[in-house]
Amino acid sequence: MALRDIAIVGTAQRPSEVNSTFTSVEILLPVIQQLLDKVGIERSEIGFWCHGSCDYMSGQPFSFVSAVDAIGAWPPIIESHVEADGALALYEAWVKIQTGEVDVALVFSNGKTTSGPIDQILSLQTDPYMVAPLKPGFDALAALQARACLEAGVVTERQMAEVAARSRRDAHNNAVAFTKGNESVDELLAMPYTLNPLRAHDCATPVDGANAIILAAGDVARRLAERPAWIRGIDHRIDTQRLGARSMITSSSAAIAAQKAGVAKDRIDVAELHAPYTHQELLLRNAMGLSESTHINPSGGALVANPAMAAGLARFAEAAESIFAGSADRVLAHCTSGPMLQQNLVCVMEGE
Amino acid sequence: MSEADGLVRLRQPIGVTYNWSAGPNATSHLAGLMAGKFIGKRCPSCALVYFPPRNGVCPKCAKILAGDVEVGPKGTITTFCIVNVPFLGQKIKLPYVAAQILLDGADISMQHLIQECEAEDVRIGMRVEPVWKDKSEWGPSLENIQHFRPTGEPDRVMGAESGAS
Repeated sequence: MALRDIAIVGTAQRPSEVNSTFTSVEILLPVIQQLLDKVGIERSEIGFWCHGSCDYMSGQPFSFVSAVDAIGAWPPIIESHVEADGALALYEAWVKIQTGEVDVALVFSNGKTTSGPIDQILSLQTDPYMVAPLKPGFDALAALQARACLEAGVVTERQMAEVAARSRRDAHNNAVAFTKGNESVDELLAMPYTLNPLRAHDCATPVDGANAIILAAGDVARRLAERPAWIRGIDHRIDTQRLGARSMITSSSAAIAAQKAGVAKDRIDVAELHAPYTHQELLLRNAMGLSESTHINPSGGALVANPAMAAGLARFAEAAESIFAGSADRVLAHCTSGPMLQQNLVCVMEGE
Repeated sequence: MSEADGLVRLRQPIGVTYNWSAGPNATSHLAGLMAGKFIGKRCPSCALVYFPPRNGVCPKCAKILAGDVEVGPKGTITTFCIVNVPFLGQKIKLPYVAAQILLDGADISMQHLIQECEAEDVRIGMRVEPVWKDKSEWGPSLENIQHFRPTGEPDRVMGAESGAS
């Protein structure tokens, strides 16, 4: 069966904040309305709605059900939810459109990352029998990975600081970014370790946020957007959950996903990588074979704003916007999930 | 850690503390309960009155709820369940009645206890009123109300006029 042509036709992101006093539903509703207005489409024209979020972040079982309030479920709609980043919801929506059942889907995600200790909450994704009871801490697991990479000579502390310096500088051009800075690489290297070998700027900024994306097929996409971002390849791979059974200095799942998504078929102008730690961006670039000519994370990436469960979908929004604007012709969007880059979703999009 | 039966056992409870925000829309509802009032919210689009105000939005219209509306304190039972089955942690003497109550002026019902009458006398359409706990026990919660009890007023016929509930 031939695949249908499917494109991102619109995106909307809520500016990052910390300690938001709004509920998750109140955070989501305006960003969804903004997207519908921007694309110029009625609620009734959306054939499928798909949501990404995580109940552990609100500490409330089935809290995702209340998010349906934000999309107006009357008359009845077709909707789904993934207990994961919104980028995985986008993947589900892409599959749904591929089935031919619907032509237009709205994908949305939200994360009130600052309402709980996100470092501990995310480490509950680890194996519940042997690892989670040790309460390893998500940042500490990343620090172990960074240490392994440094000792193997795969990355250097200077390269990590270069990633941070570039991201903080690029954040000035991103309205939804939270952390911004103009520090030189040497200034960043002079900062103290917070979790050796990680410094504060090596770790993502937890923020509360929400975003939404509309996908459409074929001529519908051409009607809704001047220059749709056509999805040419998308693939999701997972490394074993056994932390001791996989390499900490490479990412085989990212490498396979990039290969299956067709990254190497042509040059990539812009890559939006979901790398919550500086060394992980370097690992991902290696795993996907990205060259020096690719502009990495012009948005500043997750380092400057990381709404958990929405930061991956934000990468899709940023990458698609560079196609809309005509500043790029072939882009890559990526989402990671789990400790130490356990899961990786890679998508290649092109303008016409 | 214990070593009974030659097995090493580890007990490691996991707990996480959250700062849970009620949001600006539910805040007037919770503040109302602390003042002994039922404050609902009206949808600016379809005009339905939500008590409680859910997540601060109208799920039919996908609109942020707008003005405060005081509802109740009396209401009407729209449906109910007689609980006869004991379960772990039960605080109330069996049998008891859990009912959906449509407060006067509200368009969605809320669940509460019915007491001060025989369970078998509870019926759809029965008029009820709240019995509040002592003020010293009040907090931002519907638990400020001990239970609802019959008012003795004539039953209200539930039908088309009773809104969206």
